[in-house]
Amino acid sequence: MSGIAIDNLNVWFSEGRDRVDAVKNAALTVRQGSSFGLVGESGSGKSTILRALTGLVPTWDGHMEAVGETLGKKRSARFYKKVQMVFQDPYASLHPRHSVDQVLGETLGLHGYRDIETRISELLDNVGLGPSFRFRYPHQLSGGQRQRVAIARALAPEPEILLLDEPTSALDVSVQAEILNLLTDLRTERNLTYLMVSHNLAVVGHMCERIAVMQNGEIVEVMTVQDMRAMKPKHTYTRHLLESSLGYKRAVSV
Amino acid sequence: MNILDVENLWVKFPTRSGMFDAVRGISFSLGKERLGIVGESGSGKSMTGRAILRLIRKPGIVTADHIRLEGNDIMAMSERQMRDVRGQRISMVMQDPKFSLNPVMTVGDQIMEAYALHANASKAETKRKAMEMLEAVSIRDPERVFRAYPHEMSGGMGQRIMIAMMLIPGPEILIADEPTSALDVSVQTQVLGIIDRLVQERGMGLIFISHDLSLVTSFCDRVLIMYAGRIVEICQADKLHEAQHPYTRGLLNSLPRLDEPSKRLEVLKRDPAWREADSVSGSVSARA
Amino acid sequence: MTAVGIPEPDKQGWREWLLTEAPTSRRHARAASLYQGWLTLKSNKLTMIGVGILVFLFLVALFAPFLAPHDPFAQELGYRLQPLWTDGHLLGTDSLGRDILSRLIYGSRITLYIVLMVALIAPIAGLFVGTVAGYVGGWADTILMRITDIFLAFPRLVLALAFVAALGAGIENAVLAIALTAWPPYARIARAETLSIRKSDYISAVKLQGAGPLRIITKHIWPLCISSLIVRVTLDMAGIILAAAGLGFLGLGAQPPSPEWGAMISEGRKFLLDYWWIATVPGLAIFTVSLAFNLLGDGLRDVLDPKDGGEL
Repeated sequence: MSGIAIDNLNVWFSEGRDRVDAVKNAALTVRQGSSFGLVGESGSGKSTILRALTGLVPTWDGHMEAVGETLGKKRSARFYKKVQMVFQDPYASLHPRHSVDQVLGETLGLHGYRDIETRISELLDNVGLGPSFRFRYPHQLSGGQRQRVAIARALAPEPEILLLDEPTSALDVSVQAEILNLLTDLRTERNLTYLMVSHNLAVVGHMCERIAVMQNGEIVEVMTVQDMRAMKPKHTYTRHLLESSLGYKRAVSV
Repeated sequence: MNILDVENLWVKFPTRSGMFDAVRGISFSLGKERLGIVGESGSGKSMTGRAILRLIRKPGIVTADHIRLEGNDIMAMSERQMRDVRGQRISMVMQDPKFSLNPVMTVGDQIMEAYALHANASKAETKRKAMEMLEAVSIRDPERVFRAYPHEMSGGMGQRIMIAMMLIPGPEILIADEPTSALDVSVQTQVLGIIDRLVQERGMGLIFISHDLSLVTSFCDRVLIMYAGRIVEICQADKLHEAQHPYTRGLLNSLPRLDEPSKRLEVLKRDPAWREADSVSGSVSARA
Repeated sequence: MTAVGIPEPDKQGWREWLLTEAPTSRRHARAASLYQGWLTLKSNKLTMIGVGILVFLFLVALFAPFLAPHDPFAQELGYRLQPLWTDGHLLGTDSLGRDILSRLIYGSRITLYIVLMVALIAPIAGLFVGTVAGYVGGWADTILMRITDIFLAFPRLVLALAFVAALGAGIENAVLAIALTAWPPYARIARAETLSIRKSDYISAVKLQGAGPLRIITKHIWPLCISSLIVRVTLDMAGIILAAAGLGFLGLGAQPPSPEWGAMISEGRKFLLDYWWIATVPGLAIFTVSLAFNLLGDGLRDVLDPKDGGEL
């Protein structure tokens, strides 16, 4: 099947005494065309799952499957074309010395496209940036504009799956709304599959249909967004997260 | 009686293409209350906090008609007098404790130093005071933390230690600049709880600077909303949903909400007129 | 770093075109960022003094045959050891009656030659070794960096002396020896930068497009390392000039009768007490050029710092 299937996944860093198990025995499936959220606090292993899936972290075992391929140690050219990622910090995910034109041109070139000129204009159009942004360098762009460029880069090879690693956590709320709307529109237009990581339950609730809650490297609960909105978690940790996300309550002061 | 009165504060930075005004003539006052300053990046909220302590680095320029700390004008003070104000009368907690704590000194030594700088006390007395303070910020085993180095602490612990350090000289005002933005949500509520309790117990004024509108509303008494270096609106925190200014409304509506699902989020349409409108005064002069 | 030609009538138009935030073509973007770098550089007065001295040096070297009043090799034994401000010999003559000013002017060519050759060889070798070691890691890193350490363990001039002794005296071998001793610090800088760059998101992003290590190193890591290397090389120029002069002084660099500045000092040394200017004049020239490079390096550091979005 297409989409993503992960079973029995373990990811660790370093070997021997320093070994840290970042993800333990994780399992999840994301149907093609659906949107799945991974939430948890820092260090819970949610981003690590994305990095293992893309091959950026090589130390893992278990079963991973995406776009109909069972994943081994190396990713195929087809995988890189079909699965793309948007990173958390738009200030860190664009090369400081490459203009928008260079970033998109190189990506298109690497995936073997010929009509690069027209495609760059199209991509910029798709993410709501006009042609005037084409020859700018990252330092001439705002955070939201940078994230749009990063999304354009991810869209360049016409992928089926987008991995979103906290795509709005570095942005102001008003810009966050613009980017989330853009992602919603793109998903409808292109029938994309999303796997989104976030610490913000409201964002994940807005974007995703199913949500997995992670704590200390383990998935403690998988729930539908309806259950989450109805505040019906099964696990105490999920309840704790949901309550904390509602803001500060004077009654709970320590 | 207001602890702090700020009148017509400007912060300017010279750039190649002329003067850039980060803060443009704002006025507000602070009593024994929790005052929130909310705005997006670039709104001038952090600059306001730093300007009060005269911590704007050159070539930045701060001007104000006055910044009165219980009647004394901070703008007229010498750099030496300022050193006594910083820490002893006005303290500041920043976003990331990693950059504010000295990595080669133990936590205990740093807290003791913060106290010793302002109080004339014996070593034993200082140490007792430091331990008390660690307990006050809900650190369970103060003995161990006292001897530890900052890198051995988690983010939440580091921020508690910062708060302990900042509050030990007994300041009248605490400026907290995004004190919990680097922390996880569950730790965030604990740290806020500690700030809240200490500020109340000690009768201090709190300036809480944040980008998080919902957090500020649930935490503060009064909220200043800043846009492009000016105050566009002032709200009682519990009446924020009645806010009038389109910017405030836009910010509120652009947040995704768990309890009210929507297909699309409302996008803020920025009106150039907001930038030009006069700053709203946040002074409360009629207070008894 | 050449000044962008600005025609007077529509000066304002050009300025605006170059300072735009929204360039309309690749060339426009390039020109705009170069111009902004130039403006930053220009605002630093000391740097501009350095630039001025170096441009002057370059012009002198270029037009040496037209500027030099005498043949630098022509000996007039009747006019030995003339003092400064002598008629026809503005800076006096040396022990063989050769005009010091002419020798100084021709010597600038040798100095520039040495500086440019070393500045080409050493940083490129260092960049190559450092980025490969940093990016590949593991065994390659260990082996390459231990070799670097071996080179670093020797004092620079001593190692250069050993190389020249092995290769034979002469200006080309001096250049080679200096370059061989100069590359290890560049390798270390390049490796340190690579280590911090290779974990960054933009490298991860291009990996996810299926780019191989060769492409990542040459297209993504090199452009970021090069700017700090340029700054470092510029600051090191003084040391390179001094090392070359030192080798010349010891008789292992440029060979007589070549008017290399270090060799000129060496010749003047014998007469230092009675005819001080023979050694002092080339010494001042070395000092001035070294200083100029240092001033330029300081200014370049401000322009090229990638954190400020500086552009090469």
